[in-house]
This record gives sequence, C-alpha cells and structure tokens, in this order.
Amino acid sequence: MAQKKKRLLQGNEACVEGALYAGCRFYSGYPITPSTEVAEGMSVRLPKVGGKFIQMEDEIGGIAAAIGGSLAGLKSMTATSGPGFSLKQECIGYACIAEVPLVIVDVMRGGPATGYPTGPSQSDIMAAKWGTHGDHPVIAVTPSSVPEILTETVRAFNLAEKYRTPVMVLYDEIVGHMREPLTIPEPGELEVVDREKATCKPEEYFPYDDRHLVAPLAPFGSGYRFHVTGLNHKQDGFPTNDPKVIDRNNRRIIEKVETDKERIWKNEETALDDAEVAIFTIGSTARSARFAVNELRKSGLKVGLLRPLTIWPFPDAAVAELSKRVNAIVVPELNLGQMVHEVERCARGNCEVEALTRVDGEPITPAQIMHAVRKYL
Amino acid sequence: MSTIAEKKEKVSVPFDYNKYLRPNKLPHIWCPGCGHGIVLKALLRAIDRAGLEKDNICMVSGIGCSSRTPGYVDFNTLHTLHGRAMAFATGVKLAKPELKVIVITGDGDALAIGGNHFIHACRRNIDMTVLVMTNSTYGMTGGQYSPTTPLDAIATTSRYGNIEPPFDACEMARASGATFVARGTAYHTIELERTIHDALVHKGTSIVDVIDACPTYFGRANKYKSATHMMELIEKDGTVNVKQAEKLPPEKLEGKVLRGVLHKVERPEYCEQYENLIMQKAAAKK
Repeated sequence: MAQKKKRLLQGNEACVEGALYAGCRFYSGYPITPSTEVAEGMSVRLPKVGGKFIQMEDEIGGIAAAIGGSLAGLKSMTATSGPGFSLKQECIGYACIAEVPLVIVDVMRGGPATGYPTGPSQSDIMAAKWGTHGDHPVIAVTPSSVPEILTETVRAFNLAEKYRTPVMVLYDEIVGHMREPLTIPEPGELEVVDREKATCKPEEYFPYDDRHLVAPLAPFGSGYRFHVTGLNHKQDGFPTNDPKVIDRNNRRIIEKVETDKERIWKNEETALDDAEVAIFTIGSTARSARFAVNELRKSGLKVGLLRPLTIWPFPDAAVAELSKRVNAIVVPELNLGQMVHEVERCARGNCEVEALTRVDGEPITPAQIMHAVRKYL
Repeated sequence: MSTIAEKKEKVSVPFDYNKYLRPNKLPHIWCPGCGHGIVLKALLRAIDRAGLEKDNICMVSGIGCSSRTPGYVDFNTLHTLHGRAMAFATGVKLAKPELKVIVITGDGDALAIGGNHFIHACRRNIDMTVLVMTNSTYGMTGGQYSPTTPLDAIATTSRYGNIEPPFDACEMARASGATFVARGTAYHTIELERTIHDALVHKGTSIVDVIDACPTYFGRANKYKSATHMMELIEKDGTVNVKQAEKLPPEKLEGKVLRGVLHKVERPEYCEQYENLIMQKAAAKK
C-alpha cells in the first residue's frame, strides 16, 4: 500500500477538509477575519463534490441560509469570528429550538466589537454558551492543532446530526492560521454520522415526536410535509401556548445533550496521574501548557494538564474528580476569566483555582504558565 | 354544447381550498376585516392554476401577522425569524432547487429588518416568489409605523404624525434586480390571483407587493369608518391598473399607486447559473 501523502495545511484549511470528510454539502457565510479561509476553501471545493456554496449579504444571512440548507437535507456549515458570531446568535437559538443540525465555526479573535481582528483570543467561550437568549443546549468542541481541527470538525458534524442541534467548533486565531503537517484520513477511517431518517408514513410523521429525545428529521421536499417554527411548538411542529408542552420541550432539548454528555465529552490528560497542580486549558494555550508541563516535569515538579476537546457541555465530572486530588487548578485563557468560573463551580472548593489571563492580543507563553503553577508547588 | 344546467353547475362548483389548507390549524389568527385571508385564497387558486404539487412547495415566512400564513397551508412550511425569511429561503432553494419556494412576508419584515436580504435576493435573481403583504403597520405588536406608512399617518409610535417618507417595495425590487415585479391588492382578488400565478411561473426572483389594509390598528388610528371603507379608499380608489393607467391623463393618475405587472425581464437564474457555470467549471478543474 502506497504511503499516504502528508500535506502542510493551515488550520482553516483543515476545517474545510474535515467538513468535506464529514459529508458537508452546503456552506453559506460572510467574509470575516480570521475565519475567511474556511469560506474560500469551501467555495472552491464544494462545487467539485456536488455541494453548494453561497456568500450571503451579511452574517445573519450566512447562518440563516445554512439552516435552510440543512432543512432541505444537506449537511450544512457556516464559519465566522467575533462580531459575526454576535450577529449569528439569534439564528443559533432558532437552530436550537427548531432542532436543526448545523456546524458553526468560530475562529476566535480579540473583542469586544471589532476588537483585534488579527489577534488570537479565547473570549467567545461564554458567548458560545450564553450568546443567544433563552435556555438552550450547546455543544462546542475546541481543537488545538491543525490535524485536530480536521478530526474535531468531523466530530462536530457527527454530534450535530446525532443530536439535531447546532454544534460549534471554537478555536483561536493562532490555531486557525498556523500550518502543520496533516494526513487526510481515508474514507471509513473516521466515523461519520448521518441524521436519523424518517421511515414512518408521512401522515404519521411528527418532526418533534414525543416518543424520542431526538426525533428523526425528514428533509423538506421528501413527501413529509411538516411545519418548522422558532415558536414553542408541539410534537407536530405547530405553535402552542400549552404550559405543559412548552415546559416539556424546553427541558427536552437540553436533556438530549445533558443526559448523553458522557458520550459528548472528550478530554486529553497529560501527566495527571500523580500531579499536585493541574492546568486546565484549550486551543493554542494548551500548546503552551503542554510545553510548560514538560519543562516542569524535567525538574521533577508534579504538574499535569487537563485539556477538554468538548468545552460545552462543560466537563463537570473530570474537573470535579481532578479537584479532589490536586492542590490547585490553574486556568490559563486568552480572556479575562471565563472558563475559570466553570472550573471553580466544579471544584466546589476542593482545591485552589486560579485564572491566568491575557488580552493584549499575544499568546500566553509557557513561561507565564510555569510562573503561575510554581506558586502551588 | 353544454346546457344551461351544466353551465350553472360548472360555475357553482366552489374552489376546494381545503386541498391546500391544514383545516385543523384553523381558525387563523387574523382580525375581522384583515385582508390576509383574501390574499391567501388568491395565492391558493394561483398555485392550483400553476399546477404546483404540495410536496414540491416550500413556503417560508418571517415574523408578523402575514408570516403566520405557512402554518395554515399543507406544504413544506418554515416560519423563521423576523426579517430573515428570504435568507432562510435562499438556503432551502439553493440546497434543493427542485422545490418551488414561496416567501410570505410583511412590509416591516421584508423592507425594514429584512431589507438587506430583500435587496440581495432580488440581485441574485434566485428563483422564488415573494408576497409582501403591505399593510403599512406592525400589526403583531399593536400598530407601530412601518417603512410603508404614509407621511402624516398616525401610529402608536407616531402619535404626532409620521415624518418618515414611505418605501415603494416595487421600485426597490426593480432597482435591486428582481426580474418580475408586480403589485396587487386584497380588493382586486381576481386580478391578484392572475398576478400571483404569473409570478409563480416566472423563473427568477418574483416580487408581488400586495396592498392589504389593517383595519384594527392602521384603520382605527387613522379614523377609517370600517374595514370595507378602508379597502375602498386605499385599495380600490387609491390604485389603478398599469394598463388602464396608460390610457389615463396625468391628472387622473395623481396620488394613485399602480397595480399589475410593473416589470418583467429574463435574466439567468441563480441556481441554474451555479449548476451550469460554477459546478461545471469546478468539475473540469483538477
């Protein structure tokens, strides 16, 4: 067998490869730094595989058309950054309540507002969770290398299709724009999940069938004529004012993710077995953290790293367990403290929790992390 | 030759609206005197005349009174967010061009919060028929002034009279590149059915601005005596068919809004262009 060809790809290019591998056939978006290469790549590649690309008139149109594309039966994606992520929030809520599978890539840059378009940031962590109004489920994955952007984009599509919900791929500008060698996996090498198809008679079809946590979704134009709305609705998709039904549905769309979060969580542990101090971080910051752990371990210092690849739902169990066996958890993040609040919540006072923050548009360095960690050793 | 009895029978057979409705979703939410139901009936007759299949129709709407229409019709129906109907519809159409996409929207939905999507759908000439139900008010929220509220009109947010000049949806559509632009009213139902039919069979973005009075909010605030009085003044006396207008002297046309097909040209349709140009060129390029 011929050796597989390695390619040098940019993070955003790997996202395109991941989307196509997962079977994405619809992309709509709007240009914005530092995510634009995703749109550029999709515009070239999608028509080659029979897929559709459209550059919409604005960020809102970018996600709205993608929701339409998904309802018409195509695996759909949009990509954006900071200001565009803010503009997309109402539509994200729509995809949550209407239960439309969708992947939203957010390449995080400095904010608020226009902020620092070409600088890295991890300041959209809470916007990903709470940016759209109302209670809603959120799944967000956080790759920290170019190959991982590919595999996590595939996983994001799988989760979106499985749970009928928008899934975000969050990575900072550094990971999005860096280049690393990558081997594109062969078909079949990675799992690819498709949404459950409707098989019942059209007249018996309910798009939000009560009997399921996640009901099968028929594409528009397949003979299943049904209604989709952003209003609270009954199992047949039509609006309702019935308090019981509203309550049940609002809870169900969250439960479908919460009750299955052990399958959605994905953590990478580095040197945690005997660690006295743990670092908890994501994205490019995790790369600095890994370097810091290696350096400190060389000096015999017991430091480890917990790196979540699923930031939402938050890895409660892993952090709670960790907090019982370390003196402190240090949380470096490219913002003024977002993940740290979640870590504190899960640690329940079992150990010290400290944020290491940076918002000057520069990455957190291994030296900064080593300095922060040493206090607890 | 048919007998008189046969002719009578032919005439008396009512159009079967239930064929296209979801009867168990009725009654609708519209107020007594509102024209939205009349427009819906004209649309259903036009759909029937055009021979469209229910499975192949996707009706998309935004937010507002008129945007509740999709809930009552037995098609693939998508009730979206305020202003975003045409953007959602663009996604549906591009993903599945074999669907006939019909957008139902109001003047606030299409021309204010959704103005950008309106402009650009017209510019692309993507194949969809858009009915803008223009009642010059935000009915769902209780009668605020809209982008088509006339100057000096009273609304709950223009108690001292409206000082913003109104939009003309048809001029906007034409300037933006729509290839079929027409206007109808809820008063002229037969003409409206014909106009919507012509819009449905047109390939490209077809815009039908439907003047449709709101007696509950606009009517009461502006001292119209009744819903029918309002229809007569605004829709009947306030408009003139574009063909009749050609024969009338300018003084008779003053203050009148033109009805009928105002603009129709042939231009390549977006989805066809995508498939014929982009996909073919992409396939040819290694």
